[in-house]
Amino acid sequence: MKTAVIVFPGSNCDRDMAVALEQVTGRAPAMVWHRDTALPDGIGMVAVPGGFSYGDYLRAGAMAARSPIMAAVAAAAGKGMPVLGVCNGFQVLTEAGLLPGALMRNGGLNFVCRDVALTVENAQSAFTGRYAAGERVSFPVAHHDGNFVADAETLDRIEGEGRVAFRYAEPVNGSARAIAGVLNDAGNVLGMMPHPERRIEPAHGGTDGRRLFEGLLETIGA
Amino acid sequence: MKLRIHVTLKPGVLDPQGKAIEHALAGLGFAGVNGARVGKLIELDVAEGTADADIDAMCRQLLANTVIENYRVEKA
Repeated sequence: MKTAVIVFPGSNCDRDMAVALEQVTGRAPAMVWHRDTALPDGIGMVAVPGGFSYGDYLRAGAMAARSPIMAAVAAAAGKGMPVLGVCNGFQVLTEAGLLPGALMRNGGLNFVCRDVALTVENAQSAFTGRYAAGERVSFPVAHHDGNFVADAETLDRIEGEGRVAFRYAEPVNGSARAIAGVLNDAGNVLGMMPHPERRIEPAHGGTDGRRLFEGLLETIGA
Repeated sequence: MKLRIHVTLKPGVLDPQGKAIEHALAGLGFAGVNGARVGKLIELDVAEGTADADIDAMCRQLLANTVIENYRVEKA
């Protein structure tokens, strides 16, 4: 499968994401600059990586969400292409309106950088098919603005529709209902603060993240 | 034309920064601070005659995230 990683000024997990995608798909992803207006032909999946795009100016992800390439990403997502946003990528996808809610300053105000325990809430999605529902996994987090916020009605809806992919199994950042990763209504866009691309090989301290990419590859049959 | 755009958190949205400021003021000995919320002030210099609808669109599309924030436009 051909994949693409979007690169913004200030992205800093784009290479981690590229290595993860190359290991799992067997080919290096296209690195797509934010000023581009189209995705390369034949792409089967888009990743929006972590980092501090535009220095988090205005709001985390706000500037990146309005950059030229995001119109192409939104169009691809609208046609069902899987889009994965991790950390700053999650913030970008909420700012772009591709995912509900917003990511605000961590409840404890501190930057949180450590491994956290997560519970897989939805093991049926395009991204989570290689996990078991209720399974406990460990991914690293590294963020200052990971506090997921949405109004009660939105939270009820996304929970009721099974759109919570991952939940924190321990206190991390004050996220509403401990939501760590959320899917769009069609299930083809996933945003999450924890970093699956940093748990790909045993040298990373675990391989829990690898199954997310493997599951996605399997789902889209590439 | 000078504009001042006030961006504030919607009521009910928790504001950890505001809470920290509230506690810090109490720590400095100021009694009776019942709340603190942090917003943004964005000053814009736009062409004379810029339509209100365009100013509103600037706020909605970029300057405020209406999921969590309200905005108010003040013409100087």
